Amino acid sequence: MSDHENSFVHIASVKLLLVVWIGLMVGTWLTVAASNVDLGALNIWIGLAIATAKATLVALFYMHLRWDKPFNAFVFVGAFFLLFLFIGFAMMDTAHYQVDLIPGYSPGMGG
Amino acid sequence: MAGHATTPQEGLRVDHHFENPDQQYQSAKLGMWVFLATEILFFGGLFVAYSVYRANHPEIFIFGHHFLDKNLGALNTVILICSSLTAAWAVRAAQLKQIGLLKLMLVLTMLCAFGFMGVKAVEYNTKWKHGLLWAGSYDPHLEHDEPAIEIATEGELLVDGTEVAAEVVSEAQRVGDADLVESEVVSKSVVVQDQTASPVDRSNIAPAAEGPAGLARSDEGTMDEHAIAIEPANAQTFFSIYFLMTGLHGIHVLGGIGAFLWLLMCAHRGDFATGHFTRVDMVALYWHVVDLIWIYLFLLLYLVE
Repeated sequence: MSDHENSFVHIASVKLLLVVWIGLMVGTWLTVAASNVDLGALNIWIGLAIATAKATLVALFYMHLRWDKPFNAFVFVGAFFLLFLFIGFAMMDTAHYQVDLIPGYSPGMGG
Repeated sequence: MAGHATTPQEGLRVDHHFENPDQQYQSAKLGMWVFLATEILFFGGLFVAYSVYRANHPEIFIFGHHFLDKNLGALNTVILICSSLTAAWAVRAAQLKQIGLLKLMLVLTMLCAFGFMGVKAVEYNTKWKHGLLWAGSYDPHLEHDEPAIEIATEGELLVDGTEVAAEVVSEAQRVGDADLVESEVVSKSVVVQDQTASPVDRSNIAPAAEGPAGLARSDEGTMDEHAIAIEPANAQTFFSIYFLMTGLHGIHVLGGIGAFLWLLMCAHRGDFATGHFTRVDMVALYWHVVDLIWIYLFLLLYLVE
């Protein structure tokens, strides 16, 4: 198996696997560390950014998307895009309800 | 795609409806990616529920996450990342026909999966014992046989006509597996003339009369600023979402264990001696998605601030 470049299959090197693993570990540490710093509303976005960076590492290298046919990446990223629409429209909708009609109680949270 | 003769799958039988091993492999892979896309959307519904509830009622999530152990969550994240490494390594071993290494990596991946479920079991067990459960079963208490709500006599406050019993009970700090600091105060708003009534009875009437939770936070010095927010109305919603999301994820982990067991049997039978690694690749793809979803669950459930 010396000439992998002729193959339609990509074989990841051990070194690459380990480097990605270190990256994911550092990312996990970073997520926990960042959660201990109070940045207000920014916290969740920083956390999501780090998590997405980790997810990208996994998808590109462990899931071989980096060397895969672009259509597979299109399918996978498309799922996240649809999820984004799903959450986005749900949030737009829920933001248009009055929360404090009755103090201490709000619609959408039936007892 | 020249030079198929050099592919790791050279000894592989090609089904009659495929032109060559390349097409066969790519078809399997596309099918897997479509399945993974549906998995993302499957979890997507729960992420929507999470987003909507958290946007409307952040106090429930801030209250609830105190009962999750950040360290156990981080430990499980590390375990899953390690299992992703071994799963990816198993694919490499299968591609290179290193059957011994493949078996080792499959076993290591399964051990990680069992480790994950073990930690999860410890977490679930603690919540079960303290009644920190989903919607209707939510019934927080200290120990299994004790009454649901202990009313401490110390620190009774009179706030706005409602007597509030503040518990500064050290035992209360053992509720949940969170690392609650000694000085933290868990308090409950209790109408005292109702002491004899079973505290388990939860009214079906909307709790408008309770007033905003902020009222109970007095400046009388009995409660310090270390206090966890007073239990907000509908705190059980956090635990409903927690159990649904981690439960569905846990079922996926169990499914992954089954799939790896199957691969191990295939490897033992010698199925991968020809370099037929498609199965290993597909299961590993699934496993990476399980890992990927946990990365987000850990952030969104354990690290709420």
